Amino acid sequence: MTPAPLHLAGERLMLDPCGAVAWPARRTLAVADLHLEKGSHFAARGAFVPPYDTRETIARLALAVHRYRPARLVLLGDSFHDVHGCARMAPADCAALGRLLSSVEEVVWVLGNHDPVAPVGLPGTATDALEDGPLLFRHEADPRARGTAGEMSGHFHPKATMATRAGGISRPCFATDARRVILPAFGAYTGGLDVREPALGGLFPRGGRVFLLGPDRLYSAPMAPMRRRAESAA
Amino acid sequence: MGTLPEPFAGWFAARGWTPRPHQTALWRAARAGDSALLVAPTGGGKTLGGFLPSLLDLHAAPREGLHTLYVSPLKALAVDIARNLTDPVEEMRLGLRIETRTGDTPQNRRARQRETPPHILLTTPESLAVLLANEEAPDLFAGLRAVVVDEAHAMAGTKRGDQLCLLMARLQTLAPGLRRTGLSATVAHPEALRAWLSPTGRTEDVRLVLGRGGAEPVMDLLLPDGHLPWGGHMGIASAPRILDRIRDAGVTIVFVNTRAQAELIFAALWRDNEDNLPIGLHHGSLQIEQRRKVEAAMAAGRLRGVVATASLDLGIDWGAVDQMIHVGAPKGVSRLLQRIGRANHRMDEPSRAVLVPANRFEVIECTAATEAVRAGELDGAAPRPGGLDVLAQHVLAMACQAPFAPDALYAEVTRAGAYADLSRQDFDDVVRFVSDGGYALRAYERFRRLFTDAEGMVHVRDHRVARQARMNLGTIVDTPMLKVRLRGGPVLGEVEEWFGSTLEPGNTFIFAGQVLRYEGIDALTMVVSRGGDEEPRVPTYAGSRMPLSTNLSLRVRSIIADPRRWRGLPEPAREWLRLQQLRSELPQRDGLLIEVFPKGGRWFMVAYTFEGRLAHQTLGMLVTKRMERMGYAPMGYLGTDYVLATWSAYEPTDPERLFEEDILGEELEEWIAESSMLRRTFRNIATIAGLLEKNHPGAEKSGRQMSMNSDLIYDVLRKHEPDHILLRATRAEAAHGLTDVGRIAALLARVRDTIRVRRLPRVSPLAVPALIEEGREWVAGGAEDALLAEAAALVEEATDGAEHFSDVLAEVTEGVRVRSGVVDRPRRQDRKRRPPPRRFVRHAKGAGA
Repeated sequence: MTPAPLHLAGERLMLDPCGAVAWPARRTLAVADLHLEKGSHFAARGAFVPPYDTRETIARLALAVHRYRPARLVLLGDSFHDVHGCARMAPADCAALGRLLSSVEEVVWVLGNHDPVAPVGLPGTATDALEDGPLLFRHEADPRARGTAGEMSGHFHPKATMATRAGGISRPCFATDARRVILPAFGAYTGGLDVREPALGGLFPRGGRVFLLGPDRLYSAPMAPMRRRAESAA
Repeated sequence: MGTLPEPFAGWFAARGWTPRPHQTALWRAARAGDSALLVAPTGGGKTLGGFLPSLLDLHAAPREGLHTLYVSPLKALAVDIARNLTDPVEEMRLGLRIETRTGDTPQNRRARQRETPPHILLTTPESLAVLLANEEAPDLFAGLRAVVVDEAHAMAGTKRGDQLCLLMARLQTLAPGLRRTGLSATVAHPEALRAWLSPTGRTEDVRLVLGRGGAEPVMDLLLPDGHLPWGGHMGIASAPRILDRIRDAGVTIVFVNTRAQAELIFAALWRDNEDNLPIGLHHGSLQIEQRRKVEAAMAAGRLRGVVATASLDLGIDWGAVDQMIHVGAPKGVSRLLQRIGRANHRMDEPSRAVLVPANRFEVIECTAATEAVRAGELDGAAPRPGGLDVLAQHVLAMACQAPFAPDALYAEVTRAGAYADLSRQDFDDVVRFVSDGGYALRAYERFRRLFTDAEGMVHVRDHRVARQARMNLGTIVDTPMLKVRLRGGPVLGEVEEWFGSTLEPGNTFIFAGQVLRYEGIDALTMVVSRGGDEEPRVPTYAGSRMPLSTNLSLRVRSIIADPRRWRGLPEPAREWLRLQQLRSELPQRDGLLIEVFPKGGRWFMVAYTFEGRLAHQTLGMLVTKRMERMGYAPMGYLGTDYVLATWSAYEPTDPERLFEEDILGEELEEWIAESSMLRRTFRNIATIAGLLEKNHPGAEKSGRQMSMNSDLIYDVLRKHEPDHILLRATRAEAAHGLTDVGRIAALLARVRDTIRVRRLPRVSPLAVPALIEEGREWVAGGAEDALLAEAAALVEEATDGAEHFSDVLAEVTEGVRVRSGVVDRPRRQDRKRRPPPRRFVRHAKGAGA
């Protein structure tokens, strides 16, 4: 696992191939969009997708936590797929998640649109946004944001397609520019939105970089400015 | 043999007709209450033969209620047949009601059909599934006497065929006296088709009726003027001569292999069409109204020619078609015969067929196909066993109709030919899957869709589940498509989503016979305008390009190996083979020739395996994996229908070891599990089985957000429950056909001791077509990640992050390409103003129809 360094608002961050961002100076690890219990949400509606997504996501999160040993874990919203997700968790999964979160000094639940209330019975504090020095953690990027703060968010589940000689390959990715990082979704059942879609690309009007996730490393490529596409699609 | 009663006898006599022997045979079978399969070349009153027993029966003993059900794979065919059947019924004043029931049938007519069913109902498997998932189905079908299955050969062995087979088994339960009649084109395995049609699943319970073949078709080969192309599949070079043939005949169907080819040939024909001959275009991605318009114009004799793909393989007989031109090699004999049959439905006159090979190998293949047609040799695999995903859908649908006893349902299902060998264990697993997903981790019991009452009957949980199940019926799963709409105009058709995602505003492409400029994406529609000044691209479609059949492969090998059989070949092809004899040697019929030669700083290896594209793609992966282990540093491979070519950094010193049978070991298993083909298979299976929703009542799916990515499900399932029933179904389907592993095994066994290796100083004549082929698979370590790493490095190196990466990257990574002037690519007459950005995405998926 080789993380890629990234400078945002003067702070040095590490983008990890698992989809997490580490901020070593503040011993902070951030992940976005776990969408826990998405499987059971679908099952309740009659689509019996495999029930192993929560277990899988927690296992991945545990790996990241063990690797970085953060003092603070920031969950950037949509940690549960819906408001009843926490209540639906299997007891074993709930216990595993509790143990994992207890191993970190501070857990911050940034609330998202899928989980507008704090989870019950799990460690941590809930907030709409977290400001720490030059960095701002929130669920959804604010297109009107001004000033010099660096913004870290999730919500969009960015993915990008990279041209290779064998054709385009699509992967979840970090989308970045000088002022913001949008994290890929961390959950096992989370799909992606192409960075060229106006809703996401519009947040990077002057272009930026994407970092596609691989098993051991990230693959970086420039992101085109969005002007042309945004105009012509209108 | 009895004679027809009035008014039938009079009706036939008035037209100067007598019942054909196969029509009488079907009638006799029906009188005895037997099911029957009619196998006959296209034409010859097959459909009337299928309905005649019902008409006679209804005339002799008039009654109300549904008497005969007709099932066709095409909605349009059902509608046409209804129209054609109504005429004789009215002329004979039989007083019968004939109606259609398809997805397009309006609500009020559906309601009326429930109240007072017609005597004869024409429908599709999907609409029949909906009817049978209804609680009123037992009343509707209780008096049913006959099912007529049209184009049975096109359904057996497919998922729609599995579904129809199960539905017929249920019909038989509801109406035990029911007899079945199947209508089929000539097929290689009539026995398997009989079993599929059988009410008991046994072959002997269906009579086989053979229709007399028509006159032998007149076939010839059409080569382009001048140079015979070395490579390419499009056949554009022959366009002027095709146009001559169209001009000289009355009405012509020009069949091609892929939709991309259809667009290119259509454009090429019109470029030279100075007489403005009315020539139309017909393929599966065009808007349905557009297709119907072309069909109507054809039927009315307003068209002189139509360029068509498999979308015209089935359908109503036209009668007035004078010749069939097949551009590109036919790949299979059965399909060629069916297409020739489309060209002339007058039984007693020979069909005229012209084969237009696009390159040198195709010349040999077309010659082989001509020989095979003369020898009456058919090909095609026997239908595979029915899929468990279709069974899962069926079980839920049957629970929606009425509570079932598992023993009884199992017995009924195994009376369906496609499921005759289904084990009780698999059946029970399917029922459990339907109930709660069937996972070892029983997390979803509280969401169960089925419950069992005190008497052991299985019920569906509630109306919501039933409604949802009914909306998800059907086994047709579409790849994600984008509609193509002219700005301020109509929808022209659709292209695959991935193709849309490779376009930038201003890019142009050929679609629906015109050059279109991409403007942007609006919701799920691609907005385009006419014209544009870039070199246009051609949308390609994944999948369904048929690989060379085993049969044709053998014939092609036989011709190449034996100079005495070259007499039938045109001179340039003979010259080419003679040159091969001189520079290298000829591949032997049952041997394997491998050539190794250096070129452009790499080592090429070309193996003359002749096993078809699918098998070569799988084989290429396995061979390059072993090359990696042997230290040859493979960089890429390519499979055509005829050869497998690899290139590597170091000389493959021991090529024999690359084709030993043990390459079909664990690497195969590993590769298959990771391959995108299997992922696509899983996606279809999960959708049909009801894991992924097609429709959901109340909640219109708003694009991608609502749906769950099947790849993610596949990965999680494979990791946590590798033996889940859906994965078993996926592997079973992959084993049948998808990867053509069977053909590879047969090849490796065949050539075990007959491998010939030739080390050459340069490329041999026979190897040239492979080296100029487009659509390569690249390995470089085998995985996507290596490609990404390489691309990322190149981006860094070449662009400094300033340029849009995809354009630049494609330029930089332009690989070995020996293509200048030898591939028949379309050229626009007006020269392009600047060199087009060459994107590799075009070659990524292969051009499929």
